[in-house]
Amino acid sequence: MISCSLVCLLSHAITAEAKEVSFNRDVFPILSDRCFACHGPDAHERKSKLRLDRADGEDGAYRTHEGTTAINPGSIKDSELWYRITTDDADEVMPPPKAHKKPLSKEEQAIVKRWIETGAPYERFWAFVPAKKPDAPKLKDNNWSNLPIDRLVLAKLEALNLHPSTEADKRTLIRRVSLDLTGLPPTRDEIKAFLSDDRSEAYEALVDRLLGKKQYGEHVARYWLDLVRFADTNGMHKDFYRNFIAYRDWVIRAFNDNLGYDDFVRYQLAGDLFSNATSDQLVASAFNRLHLIIDRGTALPEESFFKNVVDRVTAVGTTFMGMTVHCATCHDHKYDPLTQKDFYSLFAFFNNIDAAPETGGRPKNGLQPPFLPLGTPEQHKNLEQFSKQLAESDNEVKELEKKIAGEKEANKKKVLSQELGSLTGKYNALKGNRDRLDREIPRVMVMKERMEVRPTHIRIRGQYDAPGELVTRNTPEFLPALKKAGETATRMDLADWFVDPSNPLTARVVVNRFWQQFFGTGLVKTSEDIGAQGEVPSHPELLDHLTVSFIESGWDVKTLIKQIVLSRTYRQSSVSKPEQFAKDPENRNLARGSRYRMDAEMIRDQILSTSGLLVNTMFGKSVKPPQPDGLWKSVTMTGERFKADGGDAIYRRSLYTYWKRGMPPPQMTILNAPTRDACIARRERTNTPAQALLLLNESEYLKAARELARKALEAEATNGPRRLAFTYETVTSKLPDEKERQVLDDLVRNLQKNYLEQPALADAICQGLNVGDAEKKAQLAAWTVLVNALYNLDITKTRE
Amino acid sequence: MNVPPLLHRTRRHFFQDCGIGVGKIALASLLAKESFGATGKPDFMRFPIKAKRVIYLFMAGAPSQLELFDNKPKLKEMEGKPIPPSVIKGQRYAFIQPDAAVLGPRFPFAKHGDSGAELSDRLPYLSKVADDLTFVKSMHTDHFNHAPAQLFMTTGSGIPGRASMGSWLSYGIGSESDDLPGFVVMRSGGNLSGGSAMWGSGFLPSEHQGVPFREGSDPILHVSNPKGIDRTAQRQTLDLLNKLNRGTHQRLRDPEITARIDAYEMAYRMQARAPELMDFSKESKETLELYGVKEGKSDFASNCLLARRLAERGTRFIQLYHGGWDAHSNVEGNVKNNAKAIDQASAALVQDLKQRGMLEDTLVVWGGEFGRTPMVEASAALKRSGGRDHHPQAFTMWMAGGGVKPGITLGQTDELGFHVSEDPVHVHDLQATILQLLGIDHSRLSFRFQGLDFRLTGVEEHHAVEQLIA
Repeated sequence: MISCSLVCLLSHAITAEAKEVSFNRDVFPILSDRCFACHGPDAHERKSKLRLDRADGEDGAYRTHEGTTAINPGSIKDSELWYRITTDDADEVMPPPKAHKKPLSKEEQAIVKRWIETGAPYERFWAFVPAKKPDAPKLKDNNWSNLPIDRLVLAKLEALNLHPSTEADKRTLIRRVSLDLTGLPPTRDEIKAFLSDDRSEAYEALVDRLLGKKQYGEHVARYWLDLVRFADTNGMHKDFYRNFIAYRDWVIRAFNDNLGYDDFVRYQLAGDLFSNATSDQLVASAFNRLHLIIDRGTALPEESFFKNVVDRVTAVGTTFMGMTVHCATCHDHKYDPLTQKDFYSLFAFFNNIDAAPETGGRPKNGLQPPFLPLGTPEQHKNLEQFSKQLAESDNEVKELEKKIAGEKEANKKKVLSQELGSLTGKYNALKGNRDRLDREIPRVMVMKERMEVRPTHIRIRGQYDAPGELVTRNTPEFLPALKKAGETATRMDLADWFVDPSNPLTARVVVNRFWQQFFGTGLVKTSEDIGAQGEVPSHPELLDHLTVSFIESGWDVKTLIKQIVLSRTYRQSSVSKPEQFAKDPENRNLARGSRYRMDAEMIRDQILSTSGLLVNTMFGKSVKPPQPDGLWKSVTMTGERFKADGGDAIYRRSLYTYWKRGMPPPQMTILNAPTRDACIARRERTNTPAQALLLLNESEYLKAARELARKALEAEATNGPRRLAFTYETVTSKLPDEKERQVLDDLVRNLQKNYLEQPALADAICQGLNVGDAEKKAQLAAWTVLVNALYNLDITKTRE
Repeated sequence: MNVPPLLHRTRRHFFQDCGIGVGKIALASLLAKESFGATGKPDFMRFPIKAKRVIYLFMAGAPSQLELFDNKPKLKEMEGKPIPPSVIKGQRYAFIQPDAAVLGPRFPFAKHGDSGAELSDRLPYLSKVADDLTFVKSMHTDHFNHAPAQLFMTTGSGIPGRASMGSWLSYGIGSESDDLPGFVVMRSGGNLSGGSAMWGSGFLPSEHQGVPFREGSDPILHVSNPKGIDRTAQRQTLDLLNKLNRGTHQRLRDPEITARIDAYEMAYRMQARAPELMDFSKESKETLELYGVKEGKSDFASNCLLARRLAERGTRFIQLYHGGWDAHSNVEGNVKNNAKAIDQASAALVQDLKQRGMLEDTLVVWGGEFGRTPMVEASAALKRSGGRDHHPQAFTMWMAGGGVKPGITLGQTDELGFHVSEDPVHVHDLQATILQLLGIDHSRLSFRFQGLDFRLTGVEEHHAVEQLIA
């Protein structure tokens, strides 16, 4: 096999029309998709002693088996493969009809032909080779931008005869970057300040300000919580409550404090193994406990144990490797060079947890050992004091009871019994206080290693009760070797291996995900899988550049993000010609700014923030905002019912919303939030009637609309047009044009007339508010409906 | 999603030609990805379309086949004696010991109809329609705990997160309705272990997931206007949204905008349709009595009637869950109560569909996630007696209509009802059969996710059961 960096191979051949065929870009995806299932890395399934994922070796593509050579470099005539992919003979054609794989198209055949004729060169799979700094591209237009991102994007545009779009207008820009960095739209004041700032560095100053906001950490954390399937319940069977909020809060703080991504990874994989581990490190190790867990009595514990470990390793695969490692649970991976032995060698790092495989009934306070208390020293001191008092009180009660039992005289007995009543009352009050304090002390489930290392066997066909060959802790063979600090490899060694600059996956996977966050689609679209069955990158050099500069910056996340959002590529307008949308609906060429519907949390948070209801309290207990009745009832096995929280807490950001895996909040899932029972690196975005119904009819959202309507009527008591502008700008960050103003004005007039005629309807909307006479009520009702309509506008829900 | 209009029409024509109705919603994702051969029909449509819709009555918790369908006089004979170890073959149970005693059937059986199907006396109504039913006594499954087994039956995998059968159908052949969901879920009786993952869409786009109907007159989440907003105000809101969104589309040309406009219009139609759907006042007294619907009561009977109404209005896949069959203790009482709750309405559904001429293209499926043991479950500690534990090795299901052969019984179990002795039908075989009745080759309806092509029926080879297909 020839080892070479992706960059040197792909930097010239950019267009599909290019004459040069690249193995990694053009040939490999075809072979992987059509051939590897039977002629790939999985030795068990391999047919005719042929593997096409490598050239050499007994089974390699160049081999001759029973007189037939699969690929003879330079000659299609002498290559059996060419005959097999082009023949009409149904018995001989590859892939065979019964495999239900598409036959190769004429274009694909042409690619294979050119590849064989030019010597059928193999290359190492691009994602498994460390990234290299790309050469500076030669451009026709040297004026557009000096930034490396832009120059690499422009190189592709020029090769495709495309031009970048102009810069988005300032209103669009501040809205875009505010939503992208904080998950919240800009306020009217913020817009005004940005519009009036003519300094050349105004935009950079805005970016710096946004990166410094505490809402930045909350927003970025939310993507991470999808990725690691963070939730407030166990996710199986009785789906009991679990307490993981300390982990969630740590993720927010880590992003806000800009903890280096290398440490971010280390703490999560092996925080418990640091000597004198800090509480942050221990909290972060909860990453290893985020898997689903079942309660005792319904499954076999051995099987539950196995499932937990597989879940844990799968999470590591998706999160840090961008690979579907769990495919190798039952057999060698069919597409990637990951053997079943590799899988169980990784498994061996994660199966030595000192914890029960199932929860014993409903875990107290949602905690399953091992867990740690995190309270302040003062809290612990108070708790101790309370416990002492409680013990004393308990003694007093018991002594008195004895005394009463021994007392013969009825009168005295009565007096003593009264005394007992007051003592018991005192005891109960003390106990109540102690328990409250106890609950207030945050605790977190952590990773803990057993003293003795558990032996690990390959499980034959992935069956928990079919142990095969014994394996030891190790990293996959096709990746750089693991460095061990001691005799036995540890999770700390593994964590260090992940963030070693020679690891080709860790940085690539995360910079691709960040790119996805700012453009809607990653440079590798399949951000959960950059392996053989993932897509090849749209801009390989750009991905390499970002990867290398990220590692060089010391895994500095804010620097990476700043580099992305300052680029002219990011700042382009999303307005485009229809044919451009048709040709490139997902904006893979980056010839314009991306435009896509916002995630569920952003839509809800925007409604809360623009209506003024948003409560900015950070951290702590998860919140249950009101939701339609009966949802929990329909799935519960324990009689559990949803009870909405009261007070201000229900207006906290959606990130803090209580997440029951068995029935996640509908405001979120209807808009494509995942259920959080598996690691999700990218959400889908659909348009459904259920979403329309949610945003039109959810009574909480209507309440928020009323709140903004009330504000608008207060702020602009007399001036209709200014009131419209106030409302429209608050919601969309834009001002309505003349036509829009007219349409909105018509609506409000019509509605107001209707509500005057039907005061009962107006009363229903104004319920609970002291509004005034019928006219005032009709006015507020009409404006409420108007704001509700604005919340449903395409431009409101879209980040553009 | 941007779909070339011509392709859209081709597909529409295809569905019209073969009479399955136009999949009006949510086709776009499939259209963009599927390859249509020269015939213009999707590659997986390989069989004659016998059923256009499915009503699946899921008996969650696992009903005892030994008290309902699978008569085993031998159990009566052996009652109280330990089951021979040669039969058990090392099977482990969560609650009972391998040497537990045999428990005889708790109810008498009798033969019914021309087909001579044997049913227990707990199913008097179903006994009367026995000739319309097709029994499979040789079902077996891979899972012996409720949640994975229920997921296995509904999604083809014991792990949550896969696409459910209804979502596969919505994805593959769309819905016939443009004002109601294509996949509806209803519930009655006890709890469900598998949870909402049983009607999830897994890796398929989320618009294909089942829509759980809620109890009461407001079945679909947010389908009613909030207080203070009448239909006029709602229409005015939509008109405004349309105007402004069209304006944005003119300026930006983003095709996603038109998709959103369409979604809003369908939502508005659903708002009008839902109250009509839920209004039983036009149903005759005879029909209401046939099902045993009691006014104002939401239960399995009203769900069955609602299922028929949904079927009439074009919903593709209607799944009714009736929980509470998990008889670890007192299997006699459990079967008595649950059979009473479902017998009349299940039979009424078959009868009603038949008299309306809908049974021929509506497939009704009835069954749980596994069976129950021939051995008794009893434990003083858990206060259990006279129960039966989970039994994945053999259980009974029945189907009716939609192209299955009526009045036959497929498969047999051994004399203790422990193992299948003839014509075993694996859960994936059953799923393949259901898809085939809808015209679909189960091995070809697949979806690429994380680099793999997923199917409802998994990676191992499974087959539709030809003996069941008329």
